[in-house]
Amino acid sequence: MTDLKPGSVVFENIRKDFGAFTAIPDLSLTIEPGTLVTLLGPSGCGKTTTLRMLAGLEHPSSGRILIGGRDVTMTPAHERDVSMVFQSYALFPHMNALENVAYGLESSGYNKREVRERAEEGLAQVGLGGMGHRLPAELSGGQQQRVAVARALVLNPQVLLLDEPLSNLDARLRRKVRTEIRELQQRLGFTAVYVTHDQDEALAVSDRIVVMKEGKIAQEGAPRVLYEEPVSEFIADFMGEANVIPCEVLSREGDVALIDVGGLQHRLPARQSSAGKAKLAVRPGSVVLNPDAGGGLDGEILTSAYLGDHVEYEIETPVGTFFVIDHSVDRSLPAHTRVSLGFRNKGLALIES
Amino acid sequence: MKNGNKRLNALIGIGLAAFVFVPWYRVDSGFFAFEWISRFPFNADLAPGLLQIALEGRIWLTAALALFLLGCCARFMSDADARGKLLVASGVAGIIFMALQGLAITFIGWSWALPETLFGPLSIGQPAMGAGAITISLIFVLFIAFGLAERGFMKGDAFVVGSISVLIFLVTVFIFYPIGSMFIGSVQDFDGSFKPDGLISNIQDPSIWSLDCLIGGNRCGVAWRTLFLAVMTGLGSTLLGLCFALVATRTNFPFKKGLRLLTVLPIITPPFVIGLALTLLFGRSGVVTEALDTVFGIEPSRWLYGLTGIWIAQVLSFTPISFLVLIGVVEGVSPSMEEASQTLRADRWRTFWRISLPLMKPGLANAFLIGFIESMADFGNPLVLGGSHGVLSTEIFFAVVGSQVDPSRAAVLAMILLSFTLTAFMAQRVWLSGKNFATVTGKGDSGAHAGLPKSISLTVHGIVVPWMGFTIVVYGMILFGGFVKTWGLDNSLTLEHYARAFSIDIQDGALVWSGVAWDSFWTTMEIALISAPLTAAVGLLTAYIIVRQKFAGKNAFEFALMMSFAIPGTVIGISYIMAFNMPPIEMTGSALILVACFVFRNMPVGVRGGIAAMSQLDKSLDEASLTLKANSARTLRKVILPLLRPAITAALVYSFVRAITSISAVIFLVSAEYNMATSYIVGLVENGEYGIAIAYSSMLIFVMITVIAGFQLIVGERRLRRENRVSGLDPQRKIRFSQEKTA
Ligand SMILES: Nc1ncnc2c1ncn2[C@@H]1O[C@H](COP(=O)(O)OP(=O)(O)O)[C@@H](O)[C@H]1O
Ligand SMILES: [Mg+2]
Repeated sequence: MTDLKPGSVVFENIRKDFGAFTAIPDLSLTIEPGTLVTLLGPSGCGKTTTLRMLAGLEHPSSGRILIGGRDVTMTPAHERDVSMVFQSYALFPHMNALENVAYGLESSGYNKREVRERAEEGLAQVGLGGMGHRLPAELSGGQQQRVAVARALVLNPQVLLLDEPLSNLDARLRRKVRTEIRELQQRLGFTAVYVTHDQDEALAVSDRIVVMKEGKIAQEGAPRVLYEEPVSEFIADFMGEANVIPCEVLSREGDVALIDVGGLQHRLPARQSSAGKAKLAVRPGSVVLNPDAGGGLDGEILTSAYLGDHVEYEIETPVGTFFVIDHSVDRSLPAHTRVSLGFRNKGLALIES
Repeated sequence: MKNGNKRLNALIGIGLAAFVFVPWYRVDSGFFAFEWISRFPFNADLAPGLLQIALEGRIWLTAALALFLLGCCARFMSDADARGKLLVASGVAGIIFMALQGLAITFIGWSWALPETLFGPLSIGQPAMGAGAITISLIFVLFIAFGLAERGFMKGDAFVVGSISVLIFLVTVFIFYPIGSMFIGSVQDFDGSFKPDGLISNIQDPSIWSLDCLIGGNRCGVAWRTLFLAVMTGLGSTLLGLCFALVATRTNFPFKKGLRLLTVLPIITPPFVIGLALTLLFGRSGVVTEALDTVFGIEPSRWLYGLTGIWIAQVLSFTPISFLVLIGVVEGVSPSMEEASQTLRADRWRTFWRISLPLMKPGLANAFLIGFIESMADFGNPLVLGGSHGVLSTEIFFAVVGSQVDPSRAAVLAMILLSFTLTAFMAQRVWLSGKNFATVTGKGDSGAHAGLPKSISLTVHGIVVPWMGFTIVVYGMILFGGFVKTWGLDNSLTLEHYARAFSIDIQDGALVWSGVAWDSFWTTMEIALISAPLTAAVGLLTAYIIVRQKFAGKNAFEFALMMSFAIPGTVIGISYIMAFNMPPIEMTGSALILVACFVFRNMPVGVRGGIAAMSQLDKSLDEASLTLKANSARTLRKVILPLLRPAITAALVYSFVRAITSISAVIFLVSAEYNMATSYIVGLVENGEYGIAIAYSSMLIFVMITVIAGFQLIVGERRLRRENRVSGLDPQRKIRFSQEKTA
């Protein structure tokens, strides 16, 4: 895997209809070479469809797709310089691991010796050196997954596509494999498009995240931006939990807005807001609890759950019910305690209402 | 677009070769005899396309050459869109031109009046298409396909577009063209002139449509008799099939294995054999008839030779098919429905009538329609038992080979028969689709089927056991009959029949196949062996396209292909001889016409089996292969076919066996050179040589059982091994191999 040539990806006004149903109305997206970009969104939002159009397994109804600067909109799948890791892995059950990895090399017309060398190298790269003779059925879930990755990678594609590659693994393995994939991508430097519906996974592996909703891009940016500065309630909610509550923008000085939340005043980045009613997204960990009531937003604890390293509360206030995570476990407060709420500086964002 | 160029280069090369290196027209002695090579290329009949234009004065072929060269120009264009357009345009124009010139210009010059007035008379006609013309036609079809592929049709997959185009082309040539020719033939006289009188008088013929029997007359028209017989056979076989299915699945009947064995019988039994066995039992000199005469003094009569006899034979023949269909239906009724009913205070009787039976209704209707269509299409039994007062299929036959040859009457009868079966087929598709309540889900449905109510259990046993006995007796006759000297007259045992049919001598140290049956036996084997792989290939390719590809008009495509299933063999036979014994395509009397007939008649079964098996293969396997730089042809070869092995074998065995047992279409298409076993046996029956006929039939059945068992052995082993290999995998990743039912 020496002659790697990461390619860029450009979607230009892509539309995809399935009969009368429009899965993707109008999608434009640019992916820089050598980056790992995640398509994230709830089930049915069109992630797989987008990925499959990139692979050539679906053809867009209109628009253009460019890979490495070349227009591939009409190019059939087997002539595109991309490889894909399938959600089900799609390992050929009648071929052993080595044959599976060699399959694409044979199709590309390498000679026998080269095929064997590269396939073995590919298996070694994912840590399955001695397992070439095993049938997929004789490999564990994680090993099958790695064969699938190796099979796609040995072709040195400009772009590697991964469709929910971890969804068939158990939770513990998932964390390990996602680190491996990210590590492999950074070591080899290929462009990768990664589809998932799990925001933890997206945050952990991505250079950039594209959040999709009903076939449209809801927000696009670096993981930290998406988490800390969601533009909408949908994003705030989707990227981890958030309390979305009404507030009022009192004034705006440059980039900073002064807001009022049920009497509690707070300064934060103004973004697109203007004076008047607005919505505020607050991460559960950004709420400070003060048992000696006074000075903040008054509330009463409805439920309290001790979870080992943190305590979760539901707190009723005049502006709505807050979900709060408190890491000071020594001070677990019982239900019906009256508390006063304050905000930290991070983890609050004004969102479009 | 380098691939696009490669395949175009190939087409251009083949096309040029077709114009230069092979005879343009049909070679009388057969192309594959290669006897023509010695006189090629300057013999007028054997000249290639180019010389036909240059030397023989067949200037109209210039248009084909021009359109071909026009298509070739696309190779040197770079704009994909324009290339595609040019290819499609020249392909469409080319194939239309080839069809029109083939139909319009025959031996005598123009065969149509319109071009004659337009272009003036031709000084020279042309014979049927040969290697050159057929190759160029195919190339035009592929021009269209590759052009569409370059324009992004089917995701630009040339193999898939090419397969679809070629399949449509073949179905048009081998199904729609003959059927169309038959329609036209019905309004033509022998010399080809337009003469609707025959059609009109035949359509009004009282012997077809008379309803005399309803108003006390002696007999109804043949159309009504056929319809009546088909309804009765449908009802009879459905009812019996249901009884068998209930016994096999809902009772503790001790011989269930044996019951299931029954389902293999209709596949391996040549259709007229049952009729033959019935003759030996109940015919005028049959065993039972004679016994009744001597013991009770009952006069022997000819009651068997007529609708009653045909009906019994057909119910015997088709009950196993309906049993096979209904077993799935009966098992498909979810036990939890029945258990739910029972917890709702319904007793077994009420559960059966209110829940189980209504849920089976669509399945029952389906079984009825299958019995109906089979009865309509059946030719062997009516031929043996109906004599000259038969049904539509035999009347068609006698209109072609009988004392008064009347092609127009044959065509009219064929059209009536075809409209009956197609109506039933449509009903099956339109009315029953989406009405399948049989609740086979992926979820393991636990729970037990409700037992049958006492009275019903008794009834079905009362029906099934005697009928099984009857079936055994009938098949016993088939085995035994070959060893009896002359039925009814001389019941001593003999090997004479087998000896006459299958004797082998050694003369001068060489093996001589001196038995009378060997000729047709080897022809049958040869043709069955050629057509079986072709049938399987066409069927599975179609299945692949239907299951795995999406395109506009797919439903119509599937419908047209499956429809050939509902075309009775007799109709195919008559339409083939009407279409293929004159230019542009001439195949009668050759082995090719038999092969074509088998391929397109048996293909729907391969399609069904393929669809069933392929639906179980995860689609992401093919997609993975596509993203791994394999085109769809390679994907099919390397991934799908290896995983479909059981379905392939089933399709192979089925088409092999069907080619051996079928008679209805074959009897029209055989020639002195290529005689098939079944038509030879029917000939024996007509001469009253029952002994040899039965001996030959049992030999065929024996051969087929051997073949099926052999295949089962090979495939069975392979499947086991694969299953062992797959086991140990977590269940959701396991690929299931369905056992393909060979029906
Ligand atoms: N082949 C298809 N035919 C019709 N609708 C489809 C097809 N594939 C996907 N869809 C629809 O398009 C939408 C997006 O699907 P998909 O891209 O698979 O979503 P996901 O984001 O979960 O991967 C869904 O509503 C789905 O039902
Ligand atoms: Mg998906």
